[in-house]
Amino acid sequence: MSWEILVQTLASGLLIGLIYALVAIGLTLIFGVMDIVNFSHGEFLMFGMYSSFWLFALFALDPIFTLPLTALFLFALGTLLYKLVIRKITNAPMVSQIFTTFGLMILFRGIAQFFWKADFRTIENSMVSGHVSLGGIQIGAPQLTAGLGAIIVTAVIYLFLTRTKLGAALEATAADKEAAQLMGIDSQKMFALAWGVGAACAGVAGALLSTFFPIFPEVGANFILIAFVVVNLGGFGSVVGALIAGVLVGVIEVMGGFFLGPQYKMAIVLVLFLTVLMFRPQGLMGKA
Amino acid sequence: MLKTTSSLPLTPAASVGGFNKVHALLIALLLLALTLPLYVSSPSHQNLAILILMAAQIGVSWNIVGGYAGQVSLGHVAFYGIGAYTSAILFSIYGVNPWIAMVVGGVLAALVSLVIGWSCFRLKGHYFAMATIAVAEIIQIVFTNWDFAGAAVGLTIPMGEGGWANMIFAGKEPYYYIALGLLLLTLLANFAIERSFLGYYFRAIKDEPDAARSLGVSLSRYKQIAFAVSSFFTAMGGSLYAQKELYIDPASVLGTGMSIKMALVSILGGVGTLFGPLLGAGVLTAIEEGTRTLFGGSGRGTDLIIYAALIILIAVYYPNGILGYLKSRFARRKAIQAQADNAAQEEAK
Repeated sequence: MSWEILVQTLASGLLIGLIYALVAIGLTLIFGVMDIVNFSHGEFLMFGMYSSFWLFALFALDPIFTLPLTALFLFALGTLLYKLVIRKITNAPMVSQIFTTFGLMILFRGIAQFFWKADFRTIENSMVSGHVSLGGIQIGAPQLTAGLGAIIVTAVIYLFLTRTKLGAALEATAADKEAAQLMGIDSQKMFALAWGVGAACAGVAGALLSTFFPIFPEVGANFILIAFVVVNLGGFGSVVGALIAGVLVGVIEVMGGFFLGPQYKMAIVLVLFLTVLMFRPQGLMGKA
Repeated sequence: MLKTTSSLPLTPAASVGGFNKVHALLIALLLLALTLPLYVSSPSHQNLAILILMAAQIGVSWNIVGGYAGQVSLGHVAFYGIGAYTSAILFSIYGVNPWIAMVVGGVLAALVSLVIGWSCFRLKGHYFAMATIAVAEIIQIVFTNWDFAGAAVGLTIPMGEGGWANMIFAGKEPYYYIALGLLLLTLLANFAIERSFLGYYFRAIKDEPDAARSLGVSLSRYKQIAFAVSSFFTAMGGSLYAQKELYIDPASVLGTGMSIKMALVSILGGVGTLFGPLLGAGVLTAIEEGTRTLFGGSGRGTDLIIYAALIILIAVYYPNGILGYLKSRFARRKAIQAQADNAAQEEAK
């Protein structure tokens, strides 16, 4: 009995970890290319959730089908944000970069509250609901779908970065901006692309979450801290690192909650994070 | 030429020599502050003044490690909370005099900062900033679940006997003077540091860490000193908050927003300057309170939107803060003036 619960807990940690990984990949992509930590990243996720919600509430379109549309919205938002704001702080001191994205975080929450009020919203009766029974253990169908969706999107991002010319250009800019520029890569375009893809990752994660997680203006706060931990553990700028660290954090979080009580699950993740930072400041997968 | 003028260490104190305009301005401001309750009698306005002083005090404290030594801590609320909780627990449960409890809280926070610094100071830039966020979050989780400290409900300090001995007053005026006194004390400490070898070491750590190390400056030791002094004064600010509100909970004295505010106050005013945080506190509190009273009633986040838009505008267009901007304007005017004088002299020849 207890064994089954343990496996079930592990599975749910793994599935939520895949979502954490997707959020973190967006963050790490932006950081890797521009050296800017985006404090408003959780709000991209929040906008992704609202996009799914409104498409469902107004047009009865299921979040699964509107996923590409949400990704497109967030891509547009990310690039627009880069062109309007971020471009101006590319070479600014670290503190002004931190406070610009921090200001964006508050701004986005304010905007969400202005248009959609502070209420909790949920998507009821979406296409995927109920439970799936796998070898005796029960897993929520929305969670399973979200986890699988996150794997697929992560794979697409990975292939994009490693197999396409545009992805290679992005990676080249991340590795050495000047050298990439000498090869004829427009770094401005790459920065905008990184913000677009980064925001889309978080938005898709939000859309995947929207079928089983409450939607409210401050929802991003739950994810940004975890995304920071995942990005640090995985090493700034590493997609594969973020995937492994995301799953690790998801599993540790639920196991910590299982053994010590849910109120301490975040503390356990943070203690692990600090311990790893002390011994490997560059993260588990990062290069020294 | 213009560049060298504006990159001088532009603290008012740096102008060597006797009495000048800046000193006169500072003395006038001090007199104005000391007599404020005489011409501002409404409690709500006095409260606004106290808020500004308290924000300035924690901004000045943060600035010691975040500005001068360049170690951007985004978890400073941990020390604020330690100060608030220490004095609240000591006073309300053990009956310790709040003035003593305030100092105890400061010392405790400084000790905790040594532990945090020992583990985090090998991290640089973003890594350090995020590690400090994590530490503060852990401390918040601990206090939220610690029944002795009131857990999530928080602690209420019983009103009991008022007066200076217990630092409890019905009116706002005494709190105003305590806040002013604490701010002056913190400024004095900051000024002494700026003038001593410590100030030079801190700036060397910030601007040229490798050069400083090669000259034999122990980076970690001086980062620790900056961190400890900064957290001592931050905790005193937290104690004052507890005594003023007579109620604390994890959200009010350990929330991440407060960490950000401390940094924001000094960044808005001017990082690594003595008086920058004062300007920053005035501007930020005015924006916060102004937007709240004008637009907060709607409950639709309009105040948040305006507040955020202003932060973004300042961060993007005035990365050196208000004081930095004023100084560069001033330096430019001086340079233009000098150029004009030169031209006039040439002409005369």
